[in-house]
Amino acid sequence: MGTAERKGVVVRFQGVGLRYAAGPEVLDNVSFELEDGAFHFLTGPSGAGKTTLLRLMYLAMKPTRGRITLFGDDTATVSRARLPALRRRIGVVFQDFRLLDHLSTFDNVALPLRIAGRHESEVRKHVVELLRWVGLENHLDARPQALSGGQQQLVAIARAVVGRPKLLLGDEPTGNVDDHIAIRLMHLFQEMNRLGTTVVVATHNRSLAGRIGHRRLRMEHGKLWMEHPKAPAPAKGGSGAPRPTEAPVVRL
Amino acid sequence: MFAPRSDLPLDRDPLGRFLPWLIAFMVYLAVLALAGVLVINGTAGRWERGLGGTVTVQIAPADSAEAAGVRLRAALDVLRATPEVAHAEPIPESRIAALLEPWLGEIDAALDLPLPRLIDVRLKPGGDLDAEDLAMRLAAAVPGAALDDHRVWLDRLLRLVHTVEVLAGVILALIGLVIAGTVVYATRSGLAVHLDAIEVLHLIGAQDSYVARQFADRALALSLRGGAIGLLPGVATLIGIDQLAARLQGGPLPDLALAPAHWVILAVLPIVVAVIAMLTARVTVMRNLASMF
Repeated sequence: MGTAERKGVVVRFQGVGLRYAAGPEVLDNVSFELEDGAFHFLTGPSGAGKTTLLRLMYLAMKPTRGRITLFGDDTATVSRARLPALRRRIGVVFQDFRLLDHLSTFDNVALPLRIAGRHESEVRKHVVELLRWVGLENHLDARPQALSGGQQQLVAIARAVVGRPKLLLGDEPTGNVDDHIAIRLMHLFQEMNRLGTTVVVATHNRSLAGRIGHRRLRMEHGKLWMEHPKAPAPAKGGSGAPRPTEAPVVRL
Repeated sequence: MFAPRSDLPLDRDPLGRFLPWLIAFMVYLAVLALAGVLVINGTAGRWERGLGGTVTVQIAPADSAEAAGVRLRAALDVLRATPEVAHAEPIPESRIAALLEPWLGEIDAALDLPLPRLIDVRLKPGGDLDAEDLAMRLAAAVPGAALDDHRVWLDRLLRLVHTVEVLAGVILALIGLVIAGTVVYATRSGLAVHLDAIEVLHLIGAQDSYVARQFADRALALSLRGGAIGLLPGVATLIGIDQLAARLQGGPLPDLALAPAHWVILAVLPIVVAVIAMLTARVTVMRNLASMF
């Protein structure tokens, strides 16, 4: 447990660095805070470290250095037995969906509720309602292989939000759907945000981010920058790539 | 057959198809080993009970029939004067000849083969006979009289039975080890095959026990199926042996039939095996997950 936790901070990164094996640092001294109820886009080119940043936030990996605090718990010291409780407060839309191939649409979306031990009648009610909302009520029994890429993405999103998480993380959650569906899904995220969920959506679709108009986190070369909706991107150096001279600390 | 709802596609694992047959074979062997122990144990018990209340007095052959008669009466007098003895009856010579017939062939009484005389002695229930004292008194009264309380023979028999029991116990333990080892191997390979799905379950907030339950339920279902497959031929084999033994009834073979309680024990065996498999799968998953994620 953090010593002087300010109330209302859902995610806090302090000097977080990450490298895979002996490779270069994928994340370089990243520090930021997400307050309860915030909504952010996470933008940046492919390979900038967006997915890695999200993976750290949904506890799929541990940083090489630095400190990550989630809901007031220092993730380095939290016991293994408490991890599931933390993870249940986080909804994740994985970039590659990660649906379970042998489960139907219904069972995939029902997973978080069943894992949380919710009663089967409650599970059915919530899952059917949500799948109707995203337009998949006719595909309840379909396996992921029988769905289009866009439909699979909808299932992945439904699975991420069905448990009403406190923190919702989307890794390119609208990458495979038409723009009008993307906007509709963004409205779902906004609706969840209005109900108190902190949302981080990683996307390379800057126009979508621009249209929704929330504050942005921008990853480049393993460093994190804050962009205001109308602020220009970081100035580019002679070689084309921005090279921040010192680690920026972003407080949002 | 019972198939639990599973979030992991464990049905598709090749080991899942192999496991019931291995368990069937192991249960078949276990049924035979266990039945053997139960039969031997029951027979030894019956022999011990049957012989426990009796002793036999043997009188060496005398030179003449008269001398033999005198010795027999003297021995009977000693026995009947002993308070622990309920009943003492000489075994007729014809019966002794019949007892020896399988070994010596038909004995012609006229041959006048010197046969020892035997006295069958039944003891009073609860009486505490001092066999050594009685043997000394008999020897003093009748030259060449010996008392056989069957203890030596019974002790040897019980030692043999005990050895067979230990051996069967070792066989059952080995069968249990093979089952547990196979379940550990199958579970580990299942964990490796479904690593990706298990990671997703974890990231969604599943406890290790949630994942472990899927493997444990599966192991239980497969083992129950395998146990049932193994139990049926096991029972058929036992019934077959019983039929064969019944044809030899009256020969030197003891009664090999299983008591109703024994059949119940055999029927419970597959359930015990299934529970062992289930617990093994659970422990394997819990241990491996703790080191994987």
